[in-house]
Amino acid sequence: MADVRNGTEAQAPLVKVRDLKMYFPIHAGLFRTHVGDIKAVDGISFDIMPGETLGLVGESGCGKSTVGRSILRLYDVTGGTVEINGFEIAHVDRDSLRSKRPMMQMIFQDPQASLNPRMTVASIIGEPLDEHMKLSADERLARIYELMDWVGLNREFAKRYPHEFSGGQRQRIGIARALALNPKFIVCDEPIAALDVSIQAQVVNLLEELQGRLNLTYLFISHDLSMVRHIADRVAVMYLGRIVEIASREKLFAEPLHPYTQALLSAVPEPDPESERNRKPIVLQGDVPSPANPPKGCNFSTRCPKVMDICKLQEPGVFEFGEGRQVACHLYSESMTTTAEPTAGERTN
Amino acid sequence: MPDTAMPILDVNGLKTVFRTRGGEVHAVNSVDFHLRPGELLGVVGESGSGKSVTMMSLLRLLPSPPAEMRNGTVMFDGQDLLKISPEELRKVRGSKIGFIFQDPMTSLNPVYTVGFQLAEPLRAHLGMSKAQARDRSVELLKLVGIPDPERRLKDFPHQFSGGMRQRVMIAIALACDPQVLIADEPTTALDVTIQAQIIELVKDLRRKLGMAIIWITHDLGVIAGIADRVMVMYAGQVVEEGPVNEIFRDPQHPYTQALLKTVPAVRGPRAERLQVIEGQPPIMHETPDACSFRNRCQYAFDRCARENPALEPVHVPGHRAACFLLDTASTKEPETVHG
Ligand SMILES: Nc1ncnc2c1ncn2[C@@H]1O[C@H](COP(=O)(O)OP(=O)(O)O)[C@@H](O)[C@H]1O
Ligand SMILES: Nc1ncnc2c1ncn2[C@@H]1O[C@H](COP(=O)(O)OP(=O)(O)O)[C@@H](O)[C@H]1O
Ligand code: SF4
Ligand code: SF4
Ligand SMILES: [Mg+2]
Ligand SMILES: [Mg+2]
Repeated sequence: MADVRNGTEAQAPLVKVRDLKMYFPIHAGLFRTHVGDIKAVDGISFDIMPGETLGLVGESGCGKSTVGRSILRLYDVTGGTVEINGFEIAHVDRDSLRSKRPMMQMIFQDPQASLNPRMTVASIIGEPLDEHMKLSADERLARIYELMDWVGLNREFAKRYPHEFSGGQRQRIGIARALALNPKFIVCDEPIAALDVSIQAQVVNLLEELQGRLNLTYLFISHDLSMVRHIADRVAVMYLGRIVEIASREKLFAEPLHPYTQALLSAVPEPDPESERNRKPIVLQGDVPSPANPPKGCNFSTRCPKVMDICKLQEPGVFEFGEGRQVACHLYSESMTTTAEPTAGERTN
Repeated sequence: MPDTAMPILDVNGLKTVFRTRGGEVHAVNSVDFHLRPGELLGVVGESGSGKSVTMMSLLRLLPSPPAEMRNGTVMFDGQDLLKISPEELRKVRGSKIGFIFQDPMTSLNPVYTVGFQLAEPLRAHLGMSKAQARDRSVELLKLVGIPDPERRLKDFPHQFSGGMRQRVMIAIALACDPQVLIADEPTTALDVTIQAQIIELVKDLRRKLGMAIIWITHDLGVIAGIADRVMVMYAGQVVEEGPVNEIFRDPQHPYTQALLKTVPAVRGPRAERLQVIEGQPPIMHETPDACSFRNRCQYAFDRCARENPALEPVHVPGHRAACFLLDTASTKEPETVHG
C-alpha cells in the first residue's frame, strides 16, 4: 500500500490526531465524588495518509481500543483534536457529527457480539443504508448484494441469521456493514483476534483487497505483531496511554529503537525451531502499571531494562529520526532534538 | 531423551462422541499417541480439532452425558486410566498428572483464597498437615515467580493479574510433583510479553523438575520454541506427528504444510500476500470414512473420498502422517502425483 502514495508527495493526511486525551473518571464513596482518572489515552498524536494502514500495537489495557473509539467520537474526548478528511471531529455538535458518520466506520473484534442476533444478514448490512440514505427497495437490495459480493458472502445467505455462520463469515458480515456507506476511514479493532489462524489469513487478505479496490484508510489495532507486520505500512507502539515509537513497518521491525518496542518484538516466538533455539527474548518483569496511577517520569520506567535515573524524574521528549520515525525515550536525548509537533506522517519510502 | 525410553503415557484408539440434540459429534476419532518421560509434546490444530476433548477424555473429565467414551486405552503407571475406579483416578488426577486450562478465571475457584486452593491437593493427595501444606505453598509460589508469596496466599484469584493467575495455576498443577503436566492453551489469553515470562518459567521448571509435558496451542511459534515432538490434529484425528525439526522443516501432510504457510512472522522475509487454507474444518457427525481434509486439500483425488488414510511412518523414525500421497517407502513430493 506504500505504492498508493507514490507520486503524491504533497498529499494531506486523511486522519490527523493531536494531543488526544481520554480520561475515564473514577468516582468513589457515598456521594460518588470524583477521586481520580483512568488516563486511558494520555496525549497522543499521529497522522494517517489516504490509502495507508497504520498499525497500533501494545499490550492489553494500554489504550488501543480507546484511541480507536475516541477518534470515531464514540466517546466525548477529554482533550486534543481529531481531524478526518478535513473535518474536526472531536468537538463538533451531535448533528454535524451525524452527517460525518458515513465516512468513518469501525470493525470489531467479536463479530458475534457486534451483530444483532435477531436481524437477518440483509437487515444488518442494510441498517446503515436506512439510517443515512434514501434508497428504493430495489436499490437497497442491489447495494446489499453488491456488498455481500465484495466480502465473499453468498447472496443466498441474505435471509439467514448471524448464528448460522462461522466466526470468519460473521466477520465478513461486519465488514460488509462497515462498507455500506462508502467510508473513507475504518478503525479495525482486533478484527482477527477471535478467529482461527487459517481464517485470520482469509480475513486479512480480504481487508487488503478491499483497501486496494476502495482506496480505504485503516487504523489496524492488534496485539498480533506478525499480522501487523504483514498488513501495516506504518506502526505506532503504545504503552500505558502513550505512543512510545512510531515508524515505517520496515524500520520498526528491522531495528526497533524504543526499549519497549525491542522487548515486545523479542517476545514474539517464531515458527522455526532453529531460530527459536537462538532467540533470546528480553523478558520484562512484572505487569503494566495502572493507568489510574502511572509512574512518575517515563511510563515504562518500572519495567524498562535500560532505565536510568532521569527516567524516574522526567518524562522523555519525542525524538525525530527522519522519514517520520519518532521515539519517546531519554536514551536518545543527547544526539537528537525534540520535535515541536509529533506527526510522523511522512512518506515511508 | 532417547527414542527408546518407555512411554510414561500411552494412548490407543481413543474415541469420544458427544450426543447432542443435533445428532452425534465425533470429536475424537481413534487417537493414538504416547508421551515419553521428560519430553514436551506440542499439540496443534485449528479450534474444534479435538485437542481439548482428547486430553479431557484421557483424564475422564468430561461429563457423561453428553460425552461418551466409546473406545480406547490410556496406559499410565501400569494401569488403564479408562478402567480404574473413581477413587484410583482421583489419586492420579491432580497429583501424578497435573493440568492447566486456558482460562485461569474459570479453573480457579473465585470464592477461595489462592493459599487454600494450593494447600487442598497437598493435604488430600500427600496427606500433609496444615503447616506443611502452607510451607510447600509458599515454596511453590516462589518457584513460579510470584513476589511476596507469604502475603499472596491470603489473596483471592481476582486480586492477581492475568499473568500472575496463570502462574498460580501452574503452581497448583505442580503442587504434588506430577510426572505429567497437561497444559491446554496456557498462554493463549496472555500478551506476548507475559507469554514470554510463562514460557521461560516452564523451560526453567522442566530443567529443575524434569516432568513430561503435553502443551496444546494453536501458536506454531510457541511450539517451535518449546516442543521436542509435535502432534497435528484435524477433525478429531492425528494427521501427523514427529520430531519438532522434522515437522517444521519437512512437513508431510498437506494440512501441516498449509498451516505452516499461513502464519506470518515478525522476522525474516515478508510475503506480499498471506497464504490461506480456503474453507473451514468439518464438524464430524459420524466416524470418518474418508480423508476429513479432502474438501480443503489441493491434492485431493478420488481415493481420498472413499477411504480414511491411516497414520503411517515416513522417512525419519518417529515421523508419521496420514495421507494417501505418502508412499511410506518413497520420498516423492505430493506435486508429482497431483500434476
Ligand atoms: N469505558 C471505560 N471506563 C473506564 N475505564 C475504561 C473504559 N474503557 C477502557 N477503560 C480502561 O482504559 C484502559 C485502556 O483500555 P483499552 O483502550 O480497552 O485498552 P486496549 O484496547 O489496549 O486493551 C484500561 O485500563 C481500561 O480498563
Ligand atoms: N460439550 C460438548 N458437546 C458437544 N460437542 C462438543 C462439546 N465439547 C466439544 N465439542 C465438540 O468437539 C469437537 C472438538 O472440540 P475441542 O476438543 O474443544 O477442540 P479444540 O480443543 O481442538 O479446539 C468440536 O467439534 C466441538 O464442537
Ligand atoms: S526513558 Fe528511560 S525508562 Fe523510559 S524507555 Fe527510555 S530508557 Fe527506558
Ligand atoms: S489423503 Fe487425499 S485429501 Fe487427504 S490430505 Fe492426502 S491428498 Fe489430501
Ligand atoms: Mg482493545
Ligand atoms: Mg481447546
